[in-house]
Amino acid sequence: MKLGTEGARILSLLALLAVIAVGFHIASGGLFLTPRNIYNLVVQTSVVAIMATGMTFVIVTRNIDLSVGSSLGLIGMVIALVQIKWLPGDAAWNWPLSILAGLACGALIGAWNGLWVAYARVPSFVVTLGGLLIFRGMAFETAQGRTLAPFQDGYLVFGGGIQGAIGESASWMVGLVGVALYAVTQVVAHLRAARMSRNEPVRRRVLKVLAVLLVMGAFVWIMNAYNLPRSDIGRGIPVPALVLIAIVLMMEWIGRATTFGRHSYAIGGGMEASRLVGINTRKTVFFVYVLMGVLAAVAAVIATARLNAGTSSTGELLELSVIAAAVIGGVSLSGGRGSVAAAVIGALVIQSLDSGMVLVGASSSMRMIAIGLILTIAVFADNQFAREAKE
Amino acid sequence: MTQPHLVNMQGVSKSFGGIHAVKGIDLTLDAGEVVAVLGHNGAGKSTLMKMLAGAYQRDLGDIQVHGQSVALSSPAEAHDLGIETIYQTLALADNLDASANLFLGREIAWRFGPFRVMDQARMRDQTAQVIARLNPHFDALDVPCRSLSGGQRQTIAIARALQFDARILIMDEPTAALGPHETAMVADLTRRLKSQGLGIFLISHDVHDVFDLADRFIVMKGGQEVGSGRISEVTKDEVLGMVIMGRCPAQIRPGPGASMLDEHGAQT
Ligand SMILES: Nc1ncnc2c1ncn2[C@@H]1O[C@H](COP(=O)(O)OP(=O)(O)O)[C@@H](O)[C@H]1O
Ligand SMILES: [Mg+2]
Repeated sequence: MKLGTEGARILSLLALLAVIAVGFHIASGGLFLTPRNIYNLVVQTSVVAIMATGMTFVIVTRNIDLSVGSSLGLIGMVIALVQIKWLPGDAAWNWPLSILAGLACGALIGAWNGLWVAYARVPSFVVTLGGLLIFRGMAFETAQGRTLAPFQDGYLVFGGGIQGAIGESASWMVGLVGVALYAVTQVVAHLRAARMSRNEPVRRRVLKVLAVLLVMGAFVWIMNAYNLPRSDIGRGIPVPALVLIAIVLMMEWIGRATTFGRHSYAIGGGMEASRLVGINTRKTVFFVYVLMGVLAAVAAVIATARLNAGTSSTGELLELSVIAAAVIGGVSLSGGRGSVAAAVIGALVIQSLDSGMVLVGASSSMRMIAIGLILTIAVFADNQFAREAKE
Repeated sequence: MTQPHLVNMQGVSKSFGGIHAVKGIDLTLDAGEVVAVLGHNGAGKSTLMKMLAGAYQRDLGDIQVHGQSVALSSPAEAHDLGIETIYQTLALADNLDASANLFLGREIAWRFGPFRVMDQARMRDQTAQVIARLNPHFDALDVPCRSLSGGQRQTIAIARALQFDARILIMDEPTAALGPHETAMVADLTRRLKSQGLGIFLISHDVHDVFDLADRFIVMKGGQEVGSGRISEVTKDEVLGMVIMGRCPAQIRPGPGASMLDEHGAQT
């Protein structure tokens, strides 16, 4: 069911992405489609995209989370404080511990939002608008005007900088294993369908595997083509991209294969119906917010590692990009519709526009105007699209 | 000692703010019996049934199932007691397909860490089977319910109630969106389920829909009972009079919702 229209939506988003890429490549005199730019694009997108996967779930349940930018700021400060100030010395386990603290902090923030929205029945717009102020205020309180730096080297890997990629051969390995695993899941799915005596054309599955092979091959090849400074050693897949890929796979799986995912969609499509069939709607919405909080923590790790500093203003206005990414990806604000993968492509669209305009020398005000326009037009086009699909 | 009733409601009441939607209703149901719940729109039929379905919590009164008092504090508890409901509003998630709706809240799934992973192929197969029994022409298994016809949506709601081995079935206006052919099919189905020993509450605002199917009936008005009895004791017109004017025929003991005077000004 979802595959048909959702597949079409993803294809049209990819087409939009291609137009943007080629357009800016020409306009910038060949600067856009270079390994260097694409590598940076991927790294820059990962923070927004990771949070957009969680935002998809929030919006699917017909809620919103305006607090994710502030959450990221607060979590980043907590991580910096734990790693740089609280934990003694320079022990190897300092940074992993600080990440754990950050994830716990994210879960707590999510639980706070979730309690108010799901159990106290305060509209999510209000709760998370409050959260936007509260968490940013707490980030400032935690920082006390300081900027905490530097992080440990192990931690900086998550930023995707010079140390933050896995190298050429490991990248090929990851690509190969990824495609192989995908092929296996397709074979298993096919055998299962056959056992249920349903005959499905093999060709579609073969095409899917080939498409994944092609995309993966191109991706690894491009990432490997961007060399470390003053060398001809390719960087390979940046760690934040690996984190993003892992999270997209996990969130897609949660959305499609688990009861939690299905109930989230059901709540967005029919709150009353969900209650009548016995779904624990409060618990589901609560955990959607907890998940969002944890993902904000993952994004906070990448954002702070990229900056190599913890500051109280990290992530300001990021909630807007995250929501815009989900909405451009076709996640419906009226609930019940949208996919994680499409939201991630939405994030790529925004980031491509932004960095494309940087390449052609547009001012930051011009970039804001352009992204605002795209947001409006994308939702308009998507509404038209949805109406046509219905007729 | 007699066998306890399958369902025994005593003095069940529910109000919303100032509105007494259901007031002091006594009603029983036995296995292999169809009890019609009749009354105008707004009479309180759906509210009464939602209390049995666990969707609303009663303010007052006792409900026994198999002779045991039950709280019915959630739909899940009602499901566990073998109570299945075809809601008047159908209670479908419009963005999901037939199989997702059929198993919604009760998916076939196995635990995996904090999650439960669904066996979608199996759910889809069982859905196809149940629905094929109801409507062999139903071929829209993979589309969201929003793009289905009223009859198809109703078929899914009915299929869902049949899927889980109900012992008590609540059908709230089950034929509202159906054409004559499908309505006849639901009537057949009702008879078949009755002969299998289910107890069925059949709710309708239309006497004609249920007169031939029901063993007993209750008529409600303004949340109260107008009267109840065996279908064999009354004519269709008499029941219509009860529904429309709240007027009890002589052989039926009037309930608190009955109007005390008939047009001759002569009743008790
Ligand atoms: N959830 C609710 N909130 C407020 N009032 C309700 C609710 N459900 C039903 N009512 C009111 O209770 C009365 C009985 O409604 P209902 O049980 O739906 O009647 P019926 O099913 O017989 O048409 C009506 O006046 C209706 O407006
Ligand atoms: Mg009703």
